[in-house]
Amino acid sequence: MTGPRAELRDPQLRSVVLACVTLGAAVGVFAVSFGVGSVAAGASVAQTCALSLLVFTGASQFSAVSVIGAGGSPLAALSGALVLAARNGVYGLTMGRRIPGRLGTRLIAAQVTIDESTAMAVAQDDPRAQRAAFWITGVSVYVCWNLGTLLGALAGRAIDPLTYGLDAAFPAGFVAMLFPLLRTRRGLLAAVLGAVICLVLIPVTPVGVPILCASLAVLVGVPSEPVDPLAAEVAR
Amino acid sequence: MSWWFVLALAVGAYAFKVLGFIVLGGRTLPPVLERCLALIPAALIAALVVKDTFSTGQDLVLDARAAGVAAAAVAAWRRAPLIIVIVVGAAVTAGLRALG
Repeated sequence: MTGPRAELRDPQLRSVVLACVTLGAAVGVFAVSFGVGSVAAGASVAQTCALSLLVFTGASQFSAVSVIGAGGSPLAALSGALVLAARNGVYGLTMGRRIPGRLGTRLIAAQVTIDESTAMAVAQDDPRAQRAAFWITGVSVYVCWNLGTLLGALAGRAIDPLTYGLDAAFPAGFVAMLFPLLRTRRGLLAAVLGAVICLVLIPVTPVGVPILCASLAVLVGVPSEPVDPLAAEVAR
Repeated sequence: MSWWFVLALAVGAYAFKVLGFIVLGGRTLPPVLERCLALIPAALIAALVVKDTFSTGQDLVLDARAAGVAAAAVAAWRRAPLIIVIVVGAAVTAGLRALG
């Protein structure tokens, strides 16, 4: 098995290592806002930390906590969060091919198969750099995400989130995640449709249901041709 | 929040990871399914932005958050790092609240 350790010593991979570790640190700061928000939404410090340790997929955690915090039912919160978690399975289809190892190693690799580790890995040219980028990003994001969560959860108990505008930290973070997804016409159309579905349903359905229904917007991916004049218009 | 919720989310999220990485391995999905799955983050994250910016419970509201998130959007559009985008969003929201 090729572990992450041998690759760490290779000077050629140093720039990859640096990029991956920097990304981990940035994610750690994001995790602080998760910790604060989660405690504000009514989770205990231990539950908040357990979410980051066990669930370990940011968007799902944010979504779950945001729905629960707004008074949504656990079922609605869970469904929306799991729809978001499904994309890690898609990443797994790609990464499973590239990350060899024993079953135990692969079970660990599966847990760190997330947006960041997949993106960093597929950005590399040769298989060795891909493996290194995957493991280093996965591990550094895991460590930083959990440390950040703990710090945020402890801080969240000490301050009033509203005074510091921390209720806007979630949507601000989501906006930052969203922008790169709007570059394709389909991505843009799905986002606009998802937002509209959510907005229309908020006043008339229980909290959490609008988020779940917004996933219907992925159906714009069904036609194989560039969608239609509507899409072209939105893209403009 | 109950521990059952934490556990259910943990098991569900890991199940998806294992399903893709180990169970299905390198298999390819039908193209139509792959296209739709690829759009999940765009659709849901856009919906989350709307929900967290314009609603309190089931009520649609327009408050300091809208300005904060708009400022964050400008920062994100100017390709500011994630942390800057978050700080801008929170700071503008907090500033407006302090003034108002």
